[in-house]
Amino acid sequence: MSELLQQIINGISLGSIYALIALGYTMIYGILRFINFAHGDVFMVGAFIGYYLAPHVIPLFGGNLILAAPIVLIVSMAGCSLLGVTIEKLAYRPLRARPKLTVLITAIGVSLFLEFGGQLVFGPDPKLFPQLIPSGTVVNTSNLVINSNSIVVIVTAFALMMLLRFIVYNTKIGTAMRAVSYNHYAASLMGINIDTVITFTFILGSSLAAAAAILYATVYPSINPLMGIFPGLKAFVAAVLGGIGNLAGAALGGLIIGVTETFVVGYISPTFRDAIAFSILILILLFKPSGLLGRHESEKV
Amino acid sequence: MKLDKSIVFLISAFVISGLATTIENRLNPYYFQILIYIGIYIILASSLNIINGYAGQFSLGHAGFMAIGAYTSAVITSALHVSRGSVFSFPAFAIALLFGGIVASLFGLIVGIPSLRLKGDYLAITTLGFGEIIRVIVQNLDFLGAARGFTGIPKLTNSFWVFSTVALVIFVIYNLVNSTYGKAFLAVRDDEVAAEAVGISSTRVKVVAFVTGAFFAGIAGGLYAHFVTYINPMQFSFIKSFEIVVMVIIGGMGSLLGVILSATLLTILPEALRGVAQYRMVIYSLLLVIIMITRPQGLFVKRRSIKKNAAPQTELS
Repeated sequence: MSELLQQIINGISLGSIYALIALGYTMIYGILRFINFAHGDVFMVGAFIGYYLAPHVIPLFGGNLILAAPIVLIVSMAGCSLLGVTIEKLAYRPLRARPKLTVLITAIGVSLFLEFGGQLVFGPDPKLFPQLIPSGTVVNTSNLVINSNSIVVIVTAFALMMLLRFIVYNTKIGTAMRAVSYNHYAASLMGINIDTVITFTFILGSSLAAAAAILYATVYPSINPLMGIFPGLKAFVAAVLGGIGNLAGAALGGLIIGVTETFVVGYISPTFRDAIAFSILILILLFKPSGLLGRHESEKV
Repeated sequence: MKLDKSIVFLISAFVISGLATTIENRLNPYYFQILIYIGIYIILASSLNIINGYAGQFSLGHAGFMAIGAYTSAVITSALHVSRGSVFSFPAFAIALLFGGIVASLFGLIVGIPSLRLKGDYLAITTLGFGEIIRVIVQNLDFLGAARGFTGIPKLTNSFWVFSTVALVIFVIYNLVNSTYGKAFLAVRDDEVAAEAVGISSTRVKVVAFVTGAFFAGIAGGLYAHFVTYINPMQFSFIKSFEIVVMVIIGGMGSLLGVILSATLLTILPEALRGVAQYRMVIYSLLLVIIMITRPQGLFVKRRSIKKNAAPQTELS
């Protein structure tokens, strides 16, 4: 029983990280109707920003991790926002009127560029991410151990999701985002600057990816330039599972994928870790392609 | 019977590649290896071109089909204890390759079916996922060597097998594109709804494309396995699929000659530029982005007439 509880907590912790990445996918899909394949690699860059930054920031606060960690998190989020906006300006913006397939291939190109460019810049071998969360055990009974990592991950992720929800539903730019996702043309007639909204969406999505990266790296401290591929793909599956374009769906999908993955690893075999998300994807696309919370869109001629 | 030009091409290619096997031992082994890789990559890229280029179903799982063909044929030749040079090896290898192709095309059928409901991004990521699932399954199958890999595959691949398959792929694509049946492929690619409206079964086109493409990818996998004599699941990861996709895109989706040229070029280039080998994938990916922005039709293809009523910038929904 307590082993089950342990697995659920680990799953929620992993799932809330996936949820943060999935939110980026789903927002960009909602606005631009294409899958930003490079999102997982923006996540990877976020982890590396944290890796290079933390050793400089931690001494500034005299080794106080509670003060240093938020700084690392925020700078990494800012760095990734810049990266996301640059990618959009250089690679996606010139293609906005082109067929979807062109944009998709470009996104794959950007993704490969970040992965292999990362191998050149950061080196291909795994690196050990510095400790950012003070280690400690919150609950420790004979067979249930909850350490501070999972609590901090879950709390931070949920706080960020609440912040995102506030931005999207309670601010002017958020209203503009929803308007653009509903109808580009009508939104631009209402005086909304589409380019600004798209830039803002990339800022939100990329900074959430960076936050997810820092959290991920505190739980799985071995980081490398290809680390973004699988979390990225799984988060994408999470976004589809929840209904792409739907914020609550992305969060829910992330949690489901995280918990399922933890269960499969814990109870079946860790070698199936990377196949489980794809199996879920194929099933959901075959039986309910609009996702759990998505609305069905019929094809227009 | 009027002798078709393409049949003449096919038969002469068989004869020439057969003759080539007699002198291949005199060739520098390194150059020979590059030559074989060029052939295998032409098969892979051209077969992916059937799916991506002609039928317009963007697939990212080609390495998965290749893996199935490689493992199936390797299991057959190992089970039959085929050794190089025996009289028996010729028909045995033919059967092994054929079976590899057939099993791969069965999987092509399985992937083709979801593709009936998916398009664009979803199809791409589903096929990618499918390729990865195959890899993970192989990694868990002990009789295939699991993650350790499959060793002791007889070295049966020679220039005859590789280049007659190349000729066969070219033959099939050439005749497909110039047939009424092949025009249906292009129609589905360009506008599925309009194609359906004039009575083309888009379902059949997609499934046929996946089955044919997977068949040749499976054979290419078999040729590869019997050339390198050792295979492991990591050789067939999605990075391999990406490499093949890059070849198709740089050559020009739907261009027979363009894809052959780009497969040749992209196989030779990393060998010729050994010093910059580590930049290979970075250069590929940059090429991909730049080509998409400036020459989306591919490097070797002239731009087709520009569609006047191309998709509007803003989607009215």
